[in-house]
Amino acid sequence: MSQLAKVPTTAKVAKKRKWRGDNAWGYAFIAVALVVYAMFTAYPVVSAFIISFQEYRPLGSVFIGFENYINTFSDSLFWKSIKNTIVYTVLTVPVTLFLSFAVAILILPLKKRTQTAFKAIYYLPAVASGVALSVVWLWIFDPMPSGILNKLLGLFGISNLNWLGSSSTAMFSLVLMAWLSSHGTSIIIYLAALLGIDVSYYEAADLDGANFLKKLWYIVIPFLKPTTLFLLVTGVIGSFQVFQNAYLMTGGGPDNATTMVGLLIFNNAFKYFEFGKAAAQSLILAAIIASISFIQFKFFGKNIEY
Amino acid sequence: MALYKKHTGKQTVKYTRNTSIMILLLLFALATLFPIYFMIISSFGDPVEAGAMDYSLWPAKVSLESYKFFFDYSEHSYRWLLNSLIVAGSVTVSNVIFATMAGYAFSKIRFKGRAVLFSILLCAMMIPYQVTQVPLYILIVNIFEIENTYRALIMPGLVTVYSIFLTKQFMSSIPNEIIECAKVEGCNQFQIFLKVIVPLSKTVMAVTAILTFMDSWNTFFWPFLVTNTMDMQTIQVGLKNFRFANTTYFAPMMAGATISALPMFILFFSLQKYFLEGVTVGAVKG
Repeated sequence: MSQLAKVPTTAKVAKKRKWRGDNAWGYAFIAVALVVYAMFTAYPVVSAFIISFQEYRPLGSVFIGFENYINTFSDSLFWKSIKNTIVYTVLTVPVTLFLSFAVAILILPLKKRTQTAFKAIYYLPAVASGVALSVVWLWIFDPMPSGILNKLLGLFGISNLNWLGSSSTAMFSLVLMAWLSSHGTSIIIYLAALLGIDVSYYEAADLDGANFLKKLWYIVIPFLKPTTLFLLVTGVIGSFQVFQNAYLMTGGGPDNATTMVGLLIFNNAFKYFEFGKAAAQSLILAAIIASISFIQFKFFGKNIEY
Repeated sequence: MALYKKHTGKQTVKYTRNTSIMILLLLFALATLFPIYFMIISSFGDPVEAGAMDYSLWPAKVSLESYKFFFDYSEHSYRWLLNSLIVAGSVTVSNVIFATMAGYAFSKIRFKGRAVLFSILLCAMMIPYQVTQVPLYILIVNIFEIENTYRALIMPGLVTVYSIFLTKQFMSSIPNEIIECAKVEGCNQFQIFLKVIVPLSKTVMAVTAILTFMDSWNTFFWPFLVTNTMDMQTIQVGLKNFRFANTTYFAPMMAGATISALPMFILFFSLQKYFLEGVTVGAVKG
């Protein structure tokens, strides 16, 4: 009896000692990560909040309350940039998702080696640098009749277009570029998810006499719902932060037709040095992204288990 | 049976189906690869002004003159590549070391506040980079006053939350029994880490290294912000200079673009498995 009572106590002591040791080791292992995080992520986020209520000056900023926010909301360019961003997102994200899904379904019956080859081909643009690709696309969109795209469409009798220079086609040019270069990741993710579906579901469906489309509708699409949601949410988040293509390809023009929120914030900060305004707008952007993600989870996330 | 009919016995049906699928896929691949193809083909053209050249989809002749033109154009052309290599290299090494350590701690060491700290870290992945860009710029340029140095280029990327997340996900699948065994054998945590965890985690370390290197090599925004002389720029920023300073020289521009993309293409084709594996981590339940 006495022995039995003793056992847990010694175990407890040992456990306690182990715990203390583990604490020290744990903190030692994450120390560098934590310091880097605190300095280059946590501190900037807190700092952004403070700056957004200030008129930033290198030597002593001035507190101006909500002025940056009020100015932003009454700024027509801000609303235009939000509209542009939404248009860009609506045109790119669903199409990219659909293309990736279709390609993944088509790759599926091929041999392993062919699958890998296609995965590599489609992923290649994601490996190339964005700047290099934008340089190339600039020349594809060359407004001269000798430009590649104009030449190509000339074969179909479509006359010369000033792709990036006209406000009616500039946005579409950026969208076209996204369609053809930003599907690599989603294709690979979709394919991995497709390969993860258990064969027994198809076997059961075959016994019931289901055809290809039925299997697609009743097995594949429900099974890929979590993957689709993941790609949708990350796609929208990414699209709302788009900056580089707009900056490098059109600079936001013509007539601000391609000024996205990301570019507007960049311009306010590093062109006009209005750090306070830029910080306020970046926080509004964060709030928009957070609410859209929340809505997506609410509407599309039903019946999904993780 | 699978999603597609096997067509056992009806070889012609299967053959026709797979061929039409291949044609569709190749057509889309053609559209996807066209910009890259166009970039490489055009880079072999002569370095003449754009108006004087003919845009062709097939190389009339292969000349390396445009590459020479690119390197002669600026005395810093080589330096840009070297800078990119230095920055991407150090960020990669540091990410692999510190993210592996943190990933191990978050997945296998039970310390106080582990869950809370990890969720705080994860929050960072949901914050748009626009929020941190202004304060980060002020921190580096006005407070630390280290703009235009390697430190400014490297420090913010020393450990990224994504790398930690990646390694943590991977290490969660290492059985605890192995670690318990090592403990019984008298290993302390550091020895366990070096002798048990690191050998078992080579895959995820390779994936982290590759993704970090790619990210860092291709990044344009941060080096563009914190460098202000040509000799400190990375290749991506240098390329942008080149294009705005010299928009009429088409072939050398394509040569520059090819040069900036080539290291990643080579890495990709030699380490394809790790690249493609890295994409699915965190996205697909294994």
